[in-house]
Formats: sequence, C-alpha cells, structure tokens
Amino acid sequence: MISVRGLEFKYEGGEFHLTMPEFGVERGEKVAVIGPSGSGKTTLLNLLAGILSPVAGTITVAGTEVSALGDTERRDFRITTIGFVFQDFELLDYLTVTDNILLPYRITSALALDRDVRARATALAGEMGISDLVQRHPSELSQGEKQRAAICRALLPRPRLILADEATGNLDPVNKTHILDLLFRSVDHHEATLLAVTHDHELLDRFDRVADFKDFHAWGDA
Amino acid sequence: MIDNLYLAWQYVRFNRAKYWTLVACITLVAFLPIALELLLDESEKQLLSRAVTTPLVIGAKGSSLDLVMNSLYFGDEVPEIITMGAAQDVAETSLALPIPVYVRFRARGHPIVGTTVDYFDFRGLDVADGRMIAVLGDCVLGATAAQRLGVGVGDGVVSSPETVFDLAGVYPLRMNIVGVLERTHTSDDLGIFVDLKTAWIMQGLVHGHQDLTTVEDQQLILTEEEGNVVGSPKVFEFTEITQENLDSFHFHGDEAAAPITAVIAVPVDEKSGTILRGRYLTPEAVHQIIVPKEVIDGLLTNIFRIKNVLDAVILVVGLATVLAMILVFALSLRLRRREIDTIFRIGCGRATITRLLAAEIGIIVVSSAVLIGALAAAVARYDHALVRMLFIR
Repeated sequence: MISVRGLEFKYEGGEFHLTMPEFGVERGEKVAVIGPSGSGKTTLLNLLAGILSPVAGTITVAGTEVSALGDTERRDFRITTIGFVFQDFELLDYLTVTDNILLPYRITSALALDRDVRARATALAGEMGISDLVQRHPSELSQGEKQRAAICRALLPRPRLILADEATGNLDPVNKTHILDLLFRSVDHHEATLLAVTHDHELLDRFDRVADFKDFHAWGDA
Repeated sequence: MIDNLYLAWQYVRFNRAKYWTLVACITLVAFLPIALELLLDESEKQLLSRAVTTPLVIGAKGSSLDLVMNSLYFGDEVPEIITMGAAQDVAETSLALPIPVYVRFRARGHPIVGTTVDYFDFRGLDVADGRMIAVLGDCVLGATAAQRLGVGVGDGVVSSPETVFDLAGVYPLRMNIVGVLERTHTSDDLGIFVDLKTAWIMQGLVHGHQDLTTVEDQQLILTEEEGNVVGSPKVFEFTEITQENLDSFHFHGDEAAAPITAVIAVPVDEKSGTILRGRYLTPEAVHQIIVPKEVIDGLLTNIFRIKNVLDAVILVVGLATVLAMILVFALSLRLRRREIDTIFRIGCGRATITRLLAAEIGIIVVSSAVLIGALAAAVARYDHALVRMLFIR
C-alpha cells in the first residue's frame, strides 16, 4: 500500500532534515509510528498525503506515485484515497455532525454528494454510535463523540489509507481504547490500511507493526 | 458553487452576531447617502413646486422663511400676526387679488386653514366628495387629512386647544365636514379648510351665545342700558355651530383689525406685481412682501450646502467602515487559519477556500443590498410625509 524509497525532505529555510531510505506498509496492515516530538512523524504523514513534496526519492501510495503528481491531482488523490484523523478532531464548529461527516464531498468536485453517500453517512454514524447526535454541533459533543464524528468523516469517501495523527492523544483512557477499537473495526470493515502516529506505548501491542522514527535518519526540529 | 454557498451560509448562520453587525454596518453606511439623496430630491420637488405657483406673500416683518413655511406649507411655526387691513390695502390698489390666510389653529395635528373661497380657485382645488364651505362652522378636508383622521362628509372635527392648560383661552370648536378635496400631492392634502370667520370663532373674536334679550334667568345679565345687554360669565357660549344657533354668532369690533397670518397676493400681471412689491420696499412699510420662490431657493441652497458637508462626512465614515471590515475579515481569517488548514489537509484546493470566503462576503453584501433596497423603497414610499416631518413640520 505504501512504498517509500530514498526519501529526502527538508523544510525551506529550516534545519529539519528527514532521510528515509526505505519504508513500506502492506495493504490492510495497521502500523503505529512512534518517535519523540519533533522527529518528523507528522511530516511523514503530510508527505504520504501529498501535502508536502520530497526533495528526493519516491512515495507510492495505493499504486500511485504521489511525489510525481501535480497540485490538483494530488488534492484529488488525497481526498479520494486518504482519510485523515487528527488529534484535535478538527471538526468545523459551525457545521452539524452530519455536515462535518459530509464535508469532503462539499469541498471538492472529485467526490459527488448523492443519496447513496448520505445513506452511507447515516450508516457510518450508526456504526460509530452517534446516530442520535448527527444534528448537533461539535460544541455539544464530548471529546470521544467528536473523535467518532471525525473518524466517520475520514471513512466516508472509502479511503484505502487512513492516516491518524495522534487520534487518541486528547482522549481519556476509557475513550482511547474504545475509539481505537472503533477505528480498527472500521479499517477492517472497509478493508483500509492504517498508519497511526501515537505516543501511547500501551496501545502499541494492538498494532500489526510499529515503525520507530529512530530507525530513520532525522535531525533538526520538525 | 451550491456547496460553497451552503457552507458559507452555515458559517454566517452560526456566527449570527458577527454577520448582523457587518450587515448593519454596510447597510447604514450605504443607506444614509441614498436616503439623503431621495429626501432632498423630494424636498426640492415639494418645496419648489408650491413656491413657483405662489407669486407673492405679504406678512409681518421678520423671518421670511417662517412666513413662507406657514402660509404655503402650513408649518406649525406661526409668524407674527397681521390684520385683515393688510388684505384690504392690497385690494384697494387693484394691482393684485388678495387671499388672506390664517394658519394658527390645529385639529388632531392637522392645520386649520382659515381663508376665503378665492383660495380654492387660486390653488385649483375641487371637492372629490361633498361641497365647498358655505356657512360658519363648515370645513372641507384635504384628502390625506380625511384619510388619517378617518372622517368624511357628515362627520365632525374638533379644533385642538393651543395649549393643554389653555383654560381661559380658546375653546375647542366642532366643525362640520361638508367636503373632502381631491388629492393634489401638496400641503393642501393635509389641511382642514374653513372660512376666516370660523377661524376667528376659535379665537373668540366671533362668538355665539344664548339670546340675552329673551332669557328668564336674571343672573345671566350683568347690566342692561338702552338696549345694550352685558352678559355675566354664566352665559352659555356655543361650541358647535348648528342651523338653530347660526344666527346668534356675531363679530365684536372692526373686521379690518381681525387677525390673519399672511396675504397671498395674485398680481393682475407682471407689471402690477412689480409695482406692488415696490410699495412694500419703503422704510415706512409695516409689512414685508416676499417672492416665495426666492425664499425657497435660498433655503435649498443652504440645504445642499449642508448636504455637501454631509456627503464628505459619509465618505470618510464609509471609508473607515470599509477599512474596519477589511480588518474584521483579516482577523477572522487569522482566527480560522486552523479550520482552513484542516480542510486543505482533507483535500480542499486553495481556489475552493477562496470561493468559500468569497461566498461568505457575498452573503453579507447581498443581505445588506436587500436591506438597503427595502429601506430605500420605504423611504421612497413615505418620502412625502418624511420631507414634511424633517423639513417643514
């Protein structure tokens, strides 16, 4: 699913430098990415999603060489192939839960919002146990409920790769386990691949594999 | 585009206070000059059209503007009172037709215009319903006055006391409405027209009371000498003129000394008008003669001078508002940086983000435009009344 070869990246005008000779993730795998703060974990997710471009090397996701795509193609690729789950949920406070889940379909022409999509959104909300909260705004939800809505938003376009950036970082221990259960179940159900940045070492056993950033060559502060 | 509008609409709906504040700012700043322009256009039209059709006005020396406002537009500022002698003086010259007017009293906010039948011919006023005034106590109403008071032919209208505590002064008089005038879209629409003598009744100069020669109650008579009877304060004065008591109304004193507020002089020809004006230019002249158009031209010049200053002020305020709005949007963008970053990471293009923000601004601008349009339409609909309220009163 993910194949990174000879990757080199540095921020313009910054000291941070990331070198990743080889890194891969198989289809359906659930991989945890660990490493100290500022080591470049989020940078890697942004490179895989095509938000950042490498200085050298190739990044291939789901058979598409992301690093070779133009701006528009990369955006379309990102929204159709990759689902993002953020640490702070990043729901839009002025939209209801339903509208937040449907957001990817409203901000691009690469996805078409139709009756089937709406039905799937309702089903997803049901799977996540928030079907009675769909008309509420994020400010009316608990942290756990917000993350469930964010996962629904990430899964709705049926992405083949889920990138979770410390998705459980802001949750209490009970919610952490519960949300991870839901995320894993959904990834399995939708036959997706999961690459999750985490600082929670007690959760690592649940992943298929752990990629430690100390195995890569990174210096400076991301 | 629909999705952009939908998201933008959700944003403005959620941030109602910010949305309405911005809409109010734009609406007020843009509406003010439009309203000013509409009202000044209407005031110019109203004031000039009436002034150009009134050749000359004679009144007490003093404010020519008060004189014009009272005698042409029935404004509530009453000029110095003159006497009927002024009208008789004009008549004696044979240079112009004098039309005396006495605009002092009011009935439920509407001016009572005491005048002669010549006034109706001069202004080209016809009755739409009923007939013209014929006897004491009759009145005809302008179309707007009848509409606002909710009265018609056969009803009555009572004059208002000049002050609330006017116990010893003018008694309210009930006037019989005998006609309603056709609408003219001038100040005549607001007037309640009566014969001069009816106006004098309101002042107590003409009055009617019990016949003292036939009363049985001797307490009503103070003294009786050689046919002259002096009544006591107990004598009942009529507050309504009817067919039965009409003959009892009589005038005390010389009619030439009776009060009026102005004389509209309609010269026989231009030369007569010039000669007549010349007669009032001497230092000994007790009255002034004015050409209303000249007075109104002067007033409008002043109004437009003030408008130019206001335009400059509005321009500066408008500029400040635009700058403030740019600041608000810039700060808003800063506050929403994280949100913009999120939708960008999800896969939204920069062009879409620009369109989203443009849609939000568009909704605010369109809402303001709709409000401005509605307010401008309301001003245009009621400009006649507004001009009267703001510039004439």
